[in-house]
Amino acid sequence: MDNEKLIHAIERYERSWLLFALVMIVVFLIFIGYTLTGFAFYVPSAAERIDPTTVRNEGSLFANPRVEKTGDNVYTAYVLAQAFTFLPNEIRVPKGAKVVFYVTSPDVQHGFHIRGTNVNVQVIPGEVGKVEHTFNEAGEYLVICNEYCGLGHQDMIGKIIVEDK
Amino acid sequence: MAVRSASPEDIYATHPEKKVSLYFMVLGFIALTIGVIFGPFQIFNYADIDLYPALQPLFKSYYQGLTLHGVLNAIVFTQFFIQGSLLYLQARDSNVRPLMPVAWAAWWIALIGLALAAWPLLLNNATVLYTFYPPLQGHWAFYVGAALIIVSSLVSVFLSVEMWVRWKKQNPGKPTPLVTFMTTATWMMWGLAAIGLVVEAVFFLIPWSLGWIKGVDPLLARSLFWWSGHPIVYFWLLPAYVSWYGLLPRQAGGKLISDPLARMAFLGFLVFSTPVGFHHQFADPGISAFWKGVHTVLTMMVAVPSLMTAFTIAASLELAGRANGGKGMLGWIKALPWNNPSVVAQLLGAIAFIFGGAGGIVNASFTLDYVVHNTTWIPGHFHLPVATASTLTFFGIAFWLIPHITHKPLAAPRTALAGVWLWFVGMMFMAFGMHMMGLQGVPRRAHISAMSAVNDGIYASSAFYMVFNAIAGVLLTIAAVQLFYVLYATLFSRRRLPADQVPEIPFAEAISGPEGKNGVKVMDRLFFWWGAAVVLVLIVYMPTLVQLFIHMVPAPGMRLW
Repeated sequence: MDNEKLIHAIERYERSWLLFALVMIVVFLIFIGYTLTGFAFYVPSAAERIDPTTVRNEGSLFANPRVEKTGDNVYTAYVLAQAFTFLPNEIRVPKGAKVVFYVTSPDVQHGFHIRGTNVNVQVIPGEVGKVEHTFNEAGEYLVICNEYCGLGHQDMIGKIIVEDK
Repeated sequence: MAVRSASPEDIYATHPEKKVSLYFMVLGFIALTIGVIFGPFQIFNYADIDLYPALQPLFKSYYQGLTLHGVLNAIVFTQFFIQGSLLYLQARDSNVRPLMPVAWAAWWIALIGLALAAWPLLLNNATVLYTFYPPLQGHWAFYVGAALIIVSSLVSVFLSVEMWVRWKKQNPGKPTPLVTFMTTATWMMWGLAAIGLVVEAVFFLIPWSLGWIKGVDPLLARSLFWWSGHPIVYFWLLPAYVSWYGLLPRQAGGKLISDPLARMAFLGFLVFSTPVGFHHQFADPGISAFWKGVHTVLTMMVAVPSLMTAFTIAASLELAGRANGGKGMLGWIKALPWNNPSVVAQLLGAIAFIFGGAGGIVNASFTLDYVVHNTTWIPGHFHLPVATASTLTFFGIAFWLIPHITHKPLAAPRTALAGVWLWFVGMMFMAFGMHMMGLQGVPRRAHISAMSAVNDGIYASSAFYMVFNAIAGVLLTIAAVQLFYVLYATLFSRRRLPADQVPEIPFAEAISGPEGKNGVKVMDRLFFWWGAAVVLVLIVYMPTLVQLFIHMVPAPGMRLW
């Protein structure tokens, strides 16, 4: 085959390939858009900014890290991720309840990854991250710090216990 | 037998840029040698085997080793090798000599920067990993050294653009030669990309580490970091593409199919590499979902030039294989020069990139990122594009370029070939193990083989995949020994090739050239495209950055190691 014809053939195939690639990417984007239409509560949003040096002081939202029942089958957890532990270290909620997490750090950056769920938040000093999750299965969930925070990083692990009602 | 055909002085006399290029590449490989030492320790860690007690007197922790690994391999080796090889390729392709005093200044700035950053790293005073997220606070010398390394890269941006402009003046109306076009576009892209890191270092990290300011806003610092942190990956990758487009087809025995398509891919990277950084911040609160969505779309766009590259390179290789006599659907693959370590390194690197690219598209998919963010999936992913595609390609380039520059024959080509294969297979094992463990929630950047007794066994469900990591550790250790042996044996060899056996620069011809194509003229206006890239970056970054600048919440520094 001479060069002209060869190039012509290859360019035709390349155009088809690029078209296919673009269509594939658009399909991906449509799927991504779909996940964002109202049920992606695990996308972290900023609740507010907060001074990390005073976040543990009296009067702060996080002075007393805790889980509260805040509605009909709704629980709110104020979580402090600090070197090298989560406070409260154990969170108990009933199965099927919606849990709203507010999480921040008084020291360095941490991760807040509830293993087996899509809750995966970068915990940044100065930011209060907010995510929601509904635990539909009873059992023990591990909260893993997945951002390097110092020598104790590998042991920074918390627990969420979802109880059968 | 080897005739001493040329003394070193003669070798450098005609092309003085050879020497500075060699110095850059060798400095990069020295950094890589030290950085790679920690690799097997880390992968055995992810096989639940703790070898760190053996390093104890020299290196204090897993995390100190990990910092050295990331800084030396990903930042120092890549950048220095790129500064050396691209400078030389562009100079020879366009036949323009770089401004030599400036080129040497770049090398000295790089060396001083490296020395300054290495000092606190080796003394355990900057165990902050290669992302150095505040409020973790390293020693000032680490930030100043890192900043000098970036400054050196900006001098290289100037060198490349200046050479290109000079060529343009000397050759009015002609299309830029392809390799020159690709290297100039790469450096221009980096010139815009580096701004985020420069601002982070100059206005925040350095004053903070010197005690001039009390704190740094961690979210703002992250955002500036990832302005550069994503395109830096393309800065590592594009030089491999330069070789795949501009040289590999000839090395494989054929030609590049289309010169204009190669240019189009590089323009895509020039425009779309930088405005995508929020895909590293999908998990960050404080950045709106809207802008995360915009960066998602743009990140997907930047996959397009790579998908294009996949076709063009594969088609060029197919033609090369057929020119070598390969027949049938797959016969052309067999007919490629699989005995040439330089070619094989690049082919295997390109194959690894297929899997690397697929994982990258997953990571870019906004809500999918919550499944994998900060798990071992991520290092499993980026060891394919960076530690395999780029690194193997850089070894592949070094296998002909160092003999070309020094006139020293490549030592032990068979060992080189074996090393390249083992590196590839080892990385594949590791990528599998790490991706799968990531899906099970095992965190990255964690000394999991040394967890306290209370937490023992929480990653036991990943035991099967840990076996892959252990195998990878063995294979990669052997591969590293082989590759570095070949490299240093070549450099220290006293043999010199006779002039007619010195490898030439394998610039590839294109079947479809640039001449007379209107598109090529439009694409040749690199400053215009660079301007477009700047505008795009301003649009997608300014609303968020201005907000963050106005509402800074500085956090004091901490040392937790």
